[in-house]
Amino acid sequence: MARFGMVIDTAKCVGCADCVVACETENNVPEGYARDWIKQVATGKFPNTQLEIRSERCNHCSDAPCVTACPTGASHFHDVGGIVLVDHNECIGCKACIASCPYDARFVHPEGYVDKCTFCVHRVEEGLDPACVSVCPTHCMHFGDLDDPNSEVSKLLNSRKHHSLLPEAGTKPNIFYLI
Amino acid sequence: MIEITTTRHNHLIDPSLHIWGWEIPVYLFLGGMVAGMMLISGYFLFSGRYKETNCSCYYLPIMSFLLLSLGMFALFLDLEHKPYVWRLYTTFQITSPMSWGSWILVLVYPILFASMLMRPHRLLLEKIPHVKKWHEYLHSKPMLIKYLGVVSMFFGAAIGMYTGVLLSSLGARPLWSSSILWLLFLVSGLSSAAAFVHLIAKNVYERELLAKSDNAFLILELFIITVFLIGLSSNSDVHAKALDLLMTGKYAAVFWVFVIGMGIVIPLFIQLLAVNHKIHHTPIAPIMVIIGGLILRFVIVAAGQYSHWYVLTN
Amino acid sequence: MAYLSRRRFLKISGASIVATAALSSASGIVKGAKKIEEKTGKQVKGIQKIPTYCSMCFWKCSAIAYVKDGKLWKIEGNPEDPLSNGRLCPRGTGGVGAHYDPDRLKAPLIRKSERGEEKWVQVTWDEALDYIAKKMNKIKNEYGPESIGFFSHGIGGGFFKHLLKAYGTRNIAAPSFDQCLGPRDTAFEITYGDVVGGPERTDIENAECIVLFGSHIGENMHNTQVQEFSKAVERGASIIVVDPRMSTAATKAKYYLPIKPGTDLALLLTWINILISENLYDKDYVEKYTFGFEQLKAAVSGYTPEWAYPITGIEPELIRETAHEIARYIPHTLVHPGRHSVWYGDDTQRGRALAIINALIGSWGRKGGLTNQDVFDIPSYPYPPYPKPERERADNPGGKYPFGGAEGYTTGLREATLTENPYPIKGWFVYGTNILYSLPNTQETIDAIQKLDLLVVIDVVPSEIAGYADVVLPEAVYLERYDDLFAPYFKQPFVSIRQPVVDPPHDQKPGWWIAKKLGEKLGLQKYFPWKNIEEYLDTRLKLAGLSLAELKKKGVIKGPKIPLYIEEGFEPEFETPTGKIELYSTILAEKGFDPIPKFTKHEDPPPGYFRLLFGRAPMHSFSRTQTNRLLNNVMDENEVWVNADVVKRLGLKPGEYVRLKNQDGVLSNKVRIKATERIRTDCVYIVHGFGHNARMLKGAYLKGASDSQLITKYKVDPLMGGTGMNVNFVTFETEA
Repeated sequence: MARFGMVIDTAKCVGCADCVVACETENNVPEGYARDWIKQVATGKFPNTQLEIRSERCNHCSDAPCVTACPTGASHFHDVGGIVLVDHNECIGCKACIASCPYDARFVHPEGYVDKCTFCVHRVEEGLDPACVSVCPTHCMHFGDLDDPNSEVSKLLNSRKHHSLLPEAGTKPNIFYLI
Repeated sequence: MIEITTTRHNHLIDPSLHIWGWEIPVYLFLGGMVAGMMLISGYFLFSGRYKETNCSCYYLPIMSFLLLSLGMFALFLDLEHKPYVWRLYTTFQITSPMSWGSWILVLVYPILFASMLMRPHRLLLEKIPHVKKWHEYLHSKPMLIKYLGVVSMFFGAAIGMYTGVLLSSLGARPLWSSSILWLLFLVSGLSSAAAFVHLIAKNVYERELLAKSDNAFLILELFIITVFLIGLSSNSDVHAKALDLLMTGKYAAVFWVFVIGMGIVIPLFIQLLAVNHKIHHTPIAPIMVIIGGLILRFVIVAAGQYSHWYVLTN
Repeated sequence: MAYLSRRRFLKISGASIVATAALSSASGIVKGAKKIEEKTGKQVKGIQKIPTYCSMCFWKCSAIAYVKDGKLWKIEGNPEDPLSNGRLCPRGTGGVGAHYDPDRLKAPLIRKSERGEEKWVQVTWDEALDYIAKKMNKIKNEYGPESIGFFSHGIGGGFFKHLLKAYGTRNIAAPSFDQCLGPRDTAFEITYGDVVGGPERTDIENAECIVLFGSHIGENMHNTQVQEFSKAVERGASIIVVDPRMSTAATKAKYYLPIKPGTDLALLLTWINILISENLYDKDYVEKYTFGFEQLKAAVSGYTPEWAYPITGIEPELIRETAHEIARYIPHTLVHPGRHSVWYGDDTQRGRALAIINALIGSWGRKGGLTNQDVFDIPSYPYPPYPKPERERADNPGGKYPFGGAEGYTTGLREATLTENPYPIKGWFVYGTNILYSLPNTQETIDAIQKLDLLVVIDVVPSEIAGYADVVLPEAVYLERYDDLFAPYFKQPFVSIRQPVVDPPHDQKPGWWIAKKLGEKLGLQKYFPWKNIEEYLDTRLKLAGLSLAELKKKGVIKGPKIPLYIEEGFEPEFETPTGKIELYSTILAEKGFDPIPKFTKHEDPPPGYFRLLFGRAPMHSFSRTQTNRLLNNVMDENEVWVNADVVKRLGLKPGEYVRLKNQDGVLSNKVRIKATERIRTDCVYIVHGFGHNARMLKGAYLKGASDSQLITKYKVDPLMGGTGMNVNFVTFETEA
């Protein structure tokens, strides 16, 4: 079974937000909402400040609390690659999934259902990368099967130092950040 | 200094989560109070004291029915995708407390209706022959009343616990990550329900009895809150930070003044004096208890949403 | 268009002489996406992909626009494009938002009250153009045709330049020179006889050591450069960033030098001295290609790290270490010449120092340095010659500034308008540039406008300058129009096309159409012999042996590869008086300027004040994109970057709104404080382009602060007229 995930190189990312804009147009995300976003975290004292720039989104966790919290089964794992999806026609908009997500990756679509990153499943099923990955001018984002040791993402994880977000929240996130 | 900037500003999510407004706290409070009412009335039905505890056994089911319906209406108002609400009942999701809750609530209604048959309204008895038939049938079988009491207590407890489990299952919010939130909400529900009887019961014995029990519940609640706070503080840093919201932070004033002070300690003090016949019973104390219970839900829901696994900045 | 060096200029104008008469018209070419199926007459469903080049900034990457069921869906990079390599920047991707922008200009407007009050009568195109033509004829009769001036930015301005040259004026200026890269290109022109160009000839991709002076690559989203920079980071190139603010690039650097603002020249001269005195420079290269080494050596000998330390605030050891680092990778070190370089008024001399250090490390014509560039030769359209103006250009009377000027002097044109010296300027055309936000000292611009009989603004959004116009002409956005061909100097010559993808949503028109119609109303038909733009483009392309149909299909056609490096057979020629790279500039000596740059000290901020620095954010271009809802969504206001210790010391709160007050008492709009460990304590920084006060820009109105409002002071570069703008100081006003 494939396990889709992303590996994002924070050393190369400049935080331009092209990934965010591409997601908005590709997926027709309503104005004022975002399925992905840029977070910049600066630490340390000037001029020895460290900066990590990250393109963030739903982590498509293997132990996704949003899926367990959903009372209707609208939040579910997709057959292909364990992508976490929301079935709009099953979602009642109770927001339990939103409260259960440590990444705050979900939001209520103006039409009432809960929405979030889909890893561009419609593109992935055609063999394409998600829109955010495919537009990135710095080539800092990589998408692929984390369970396949020969995939680009697995190789990157084997060769570079990396971390994921809030592993302590215990959700087994599938997006990794190269340092 | 950690300096965080983000491009995200999603409605209801940023800068801090606030997806749940007044509806959910009201629902949790009413659910908890109904739970308490079912436990109280169930206990009296089970123990066969329903004749002395007139109010508890006859009014509470009707009140439960009304309050629960009100609570569910509030819950319904909170749903963002209302036309799809029926989806709750085309499935059962074993991992989802909300799915459990929605099925439990469905099962509670027949119990409340059955409890109401203990003494239906005169008009119903006269107009609907079936009501009269069932009413008489129920009273002809004391064991059935006992069973009804047990079932009522069981489901009451289930609702009460569910209101807490609903939040504590959402591990992304450290403030709710407590193994005794269910107990806190259950006991708080019991105390609100007892206060309610204390407030409306005409029978002196019953009033006294419930005032005394309420005092016990309030003391127990204080104890549970203490354990809840200690539990969070001795968990991880993230949980301790979340606790700060109640102890010294954004929600401390409301929590200490309205929940602990005016919702528990002061009414407890007044009621202790009243049951020891130092002063007359006053409706102020139970009203304070009920309002305190409501504010408890507001504070926990709001502060819990605000609490986060990320280190809170500024 | 980049400022053209003499050689470049000759090459292009020479080509047009070869051009023959117009060729057959290009009929039957589909305009944009198909909307109706010819056979069935039904609406076209599904996805159509249409290549075009972007206009969200001046880089002009080629893109492929996707139209779904007749509506614009998304825009991706064209994989054939050597600029974008198939990946656009956020603005390019967000170009969709330009088409859908609810705040865009929708119909021609004529002013009905005081200038700047933004009160309008909506008119038809005929009425608007008749009005303009009448006024222009009046100005021509009363003052002569030279009394019209034109401020232009972007390739779309070309049709209006043509119109106004045909009308009889040469008073044409672009802020992209005097308010941007002018000093740099002037310096390289003086030193190498050629410019850095835009897109720059920087071979960041292959550099082993990259030095950035204030260049915030990654925040300035010059696509090719950012892509190459990212590759350099991945390769582990040694990066040295010199900037008072820790830019995004600085956070990726091996060495970050938090220099005191205004002292870059001191550091550069010291580095030059170290390279020479420690014999670290590329001796063969210097000997073969440069002139004036001994004079340079003598002139910089006093600039030691110990001398530079109190001036720049950079430790002597760090200065030495970084100089050694620069030398270590010779000749694959690139000291990036930068782009926006109008900082302190002595910017051409700083540019000279950048040019000189690049000569010492032998970067011109070397891998990882400054490469050869060439152009895909597309002859100009064979127009009849323009009438020769009777009077000299008004923007540089008496040749006050001996250098620059190919793109005109914007502030010179403004001054001429204000003073009526050397003659009155009575009409302005402004195309695609919000000169109230690009020229320093807004009040001066407004005062000059009050002298005008006619101000015509052609734009896509109702910018501040549009608010002062007599006539506002709404142009179709780039996705809705043809423009001229794009064939820049680049390491891979190519030509690309802009073609309409969708129809304008309201009564907007393409620039070429507006220029042609106005030309006809002015009796200038003979300068617009083409029937439509396709015919114009096809004529030019046929002269180059290409066809419009082919280019429309491909979007980009590449020319032959060229040698980029000396090692590959590139033979650099330096069109300087000595034919060499002039370390010692004979032309500067002749004109009475320092032939070798000297350090001059700049004024420090008075107590309680901070130097105002400004720059870019990757998701916005100038003050043009803030209402684009897609880009607004990722950045809707700017913040003022203030050192966290300063914030604490002044008792300010992080995130609170303040106003900035400059040395002349001018107050900004409200702006949020970003307390940060990424800037020095003697300066503050804001992203340019925010703080709009044009009411019709609803999505951006009063969001953030505008640096332009606060830049009341500017220092003019005596060599080329560039306006140094980092000379303003601000303090904070908290709301009561």
